[in-house]
Amino acid sequence: MATSVELSTEEGGTYSGPLLDVRNLHVEFRTREGVARAVNGVEYSVDAGETLAVLGESGSGKSVTAQAIMGILDSPPGFVTQGKIIFQGRDLLTLGGEERRKVRGARMAMIFQDALSSLNPVLNVGEQLGEMFTVHRGMSRKEARARAVELMERVRIPAAKERIRSYPHQFSGGMRQRVMIAMAMALEPELIIADEPTTALDVTVQAQVMDLLAELQREYNMGLILITHDLGVVADVADKIAVMYAGRIVETSPVHDIYRAPAHPYTKGLLDSIPRLDQKGQELYAIKGLPPNLLHIPSGCAFHPRCPRARDVCRTDDPPLYRVSQHRASACHFWKETLGDDSVPSDDT
Amino acid sequence: MTTASRPTTPEPSDGRPADREPILQVRDLVKHFPLTQGIVFKRQVGAVQAVDGVSFDLFPGETLGIVGESGCGKSTVAKLLMNLEEPTSGEILYRGEDITKLSGRALKAVRRNIQMVFQDPYTSLNPRMTVGDIIGEPYEIHPEVAPKGDRRKRVQELLDVVGLNPEYINRYPHQFSGGQRQRIGIARGLALRPEVIVADEPVSALDVSVQAQVVNLMERLQDEFNLSYMFIAHDLSIVRHISDRVGVMYLGKIVEVGADAEIYEHPTHPYTQALLSAVPVPDPEARQYRERIILSGDVPSPANPPSGCRFRTRCWKARERCVVEEPLLAVPEAFRGTGGPAAHDSACHFAEEKPVVPRER
Ligand SMILES: Nc1ncnc2c1ncn2[C@@H]1O[C@H](COP(=O)(O)OP(=O)(O)OP(=O)(O)O)[C@@H](O)[C@H]1O
Ligand SMILES: Nc1ncnc2c1ncn2[C@@H]1O[C@H](COP(=O)(O)OP(=O)(O)O)[C@@H](O)[C@H]1O
Ligand code: SF4
Ligand code: SF4
Ligand SMILES: [Mg+2]
Ligand SMILES: [Mg+2]
Repeated sequence: MATSVELSTEEGGTYSGPLLDVRNLHVEFRTREGVARAVNGVEYSVDAGETLAVLGESGSGKSVTAQAIMGILDSPPGFVTQGKIIFQGRDLLTLGGEERRKVRGARMAMIFQDALSSLNPVLNVGEQLGEMFTVHRGMSRKEARARAVELMERVRIPAAKERIRSYPHQFSGGMRQRVMIAMAMALEPELIIADEPTTALDVTVQAQVMDLLAELQREYNMGLILITHDLGVVADVADKIAVMYAGRIVETSPVHDIYRAPAHPYTKGLLDSIPRLDQKGQELYAIKGLPPNLLHIPSGCAFHPRCPRARDVCRTDDPPLYRVSQHRASACHFWKETLGDDSVPSDDT
Repeated sequence: MTTASRPTTPEPSDGRPADREPILQVRDLVKHFPLTQGIVFKRQVGAVQAVDGVSFDLFPGETLGIVGESGCGKSTVAKLLMNLEEPTSGEILYRGEDITKLSGRALKAVRRNIQMVFQDPYTSLNPRMTVGDIIGEPYEIHPEVAPKGDRRKRVQELLDVVGLNPEYINRYPHQFSGGQRQRIGIARGLALRPEVIVADEPVSALDVSVQAQVVNLMERLQDEFNLSYMFIAHDLSIVRHISDRVGVMYLGKIVEVGADAEIYEHPTHPYTQALLSAVPVPDPEARQYRERIILSGDVPSPANPPSGCRFRTRCWKARERCVVEEPLLAVPEAFRGTGGPAAHDSACHFAEEKPVVPRER
């Protein structure tokens, strides 16, 4: 097997950039009602062993970006119209179908929110896990089966030897999510994209599943893109965050900085609108209005109709991703003022 | 990092206004759904014990939050209160009168005063009815509240009250966003001027920013109309925000109940402690000093709950006594008469305090 590919560039040199580097990605859906611009210049990167959380409200383009990276975009109606998806030094968008398929599954894998609809209902989990090894690794069925049991034990499914004959619907939500994680881990990929992996689960089960994911990530030094709208989950596991709004990244930052002092009014609004567990607050802050219709994204800064800080320039000029510090960027004309809002020196040292 | 000292505890109080009578008293409420086998000759082979002996009070103007994992019986309690299910046994007293025994006009009169708001703003509104018809529908059943000629004006007032444009009265649900639809559901819930609103996961399907708008609206309406809420949710932070008292359910039973600070800052039941410790808090600094209780296994089937304490199969403190003796919901002996915040109802033989909620920035 050609393992050197992943480390060499087209020019033959060694690649030393991030594991995954998404640059200026644009995706649109051409529907009967018009063109929905779901992803409008997304930029983010993730390194081996690193967890990037992609945060945003529903419809902000988190999943579509992930589907474009995985090469599983629903097309038509969806089309990547611009950009680069550089994975281990190669732009995936330039690869042919066969090569792309090899990357998917073996090098990068995805975990979905709804395990029941993404697992095959008519195959037992042993057959589904085993298939990964027979198809991709050319193992015999017996070998594959043994590996499947190992995997199930690895994701801590009790009585793996017996449960391997069970069908997806016979597992609880949490156990099913473990089966999905096992599937994703089977070929030891370098990158895992988890799209709302615990959104449908109760907090106690969510904690079990997130723990497992973090442990596996450490063990295999994988890059992890965690898509979520839960600011609590992000604070718990992420190294860095990309906040999405209307198909764009509006802020990227290491996790600690963004919670201490957001540099974009949308991030600030999100943080202010969540109630706290450790004390009873006053009235909640609420971002006014609604997320935009992607058929008619507002001019200038897409957030301006909802932004408490908006001025005339925001209605006309689309803010670029301004560099805030070495590892931070914000797509707000007034990021300095926004930072100033909160940048009281932290007192917890 | 220094461990921040906890804030001083609010007055030890169980949150019950002593001078007021409860508006709702639920006593030993039980709902078992029969499990049958066979198609022609149905035999009962068991029962799903969805709700199994639940008691609580609801006071005028207060919010009682109910939390617990999926399947623990929260929605079934709501449906029983709404008379959408018939209880297997138990009493629901509304101003002292058992509504499970009422029928006909007497029942109808009581039902007017208890209304419900549902979780899913996408499916709970009839897509073929206009907003005006949806909000005004309760007047068809209770015409005495608003005579025909008055209704349109009433509905427009209600739209205004929940922050929607009264001119939207002829629009259809699909023309609204999730948050707006939830406002429509709330307006309908308010139409008959009820005293009690049972809200089953009213904001769970909404995005954070919109969730805050709806929660604020509910709080404003509560003050304005002196409503009592039973607020069901699985988001423990939202429940703390809105509730005066909180009940924690596990497998068809309330295992702990008390004022919000008693439950969140002084939980004594292991299940409450595990539940709270598992909530991810939006503060990365909290990672270092939080202690998470990771429960093993899944919730057992409510058709076949464990003997003794129902939580014992997942409880790290379980002992022999927990297998044979069911713990009752009462102030645990250890805290009885202390008057402190740990002295609230908790159904555990070995109840003890354990702070589990990390302090945020
Ligand atoms: N009509 C019914 N027939 C049989 N079993 C039922 C019925 N309705 C509910 N149950 C069962 O009763 C138990 C409690 O269900 P309930 O809907 O009250 O849970 P819940 O706490 O509201 O859960 P969730 O958080 O998922 O909404 C579950 O085991 C459920 O499967
Ligand atoms: N197959 C599709 N056809 C048309 N529009 C789509 C399709 N998939 C997603 N979209 C649209 O793209 C936008 C972004 O969606 P998505 O990435 O799923 O959001 P989220 O951030 O919630 O994951 C949404 O407006 C959605 O309706
Ligand atoms: S650019 Fe203007 S409208 Fe956009 S977030 Fe910044 S201040 Fe608000
Ligand atoms: S009674 Fe026993 S099993 Fe139940 S919660 Fe208390 S210690 Fe745990
Ligand atoms: Mg999504
Ligand atoms: Mg429910």
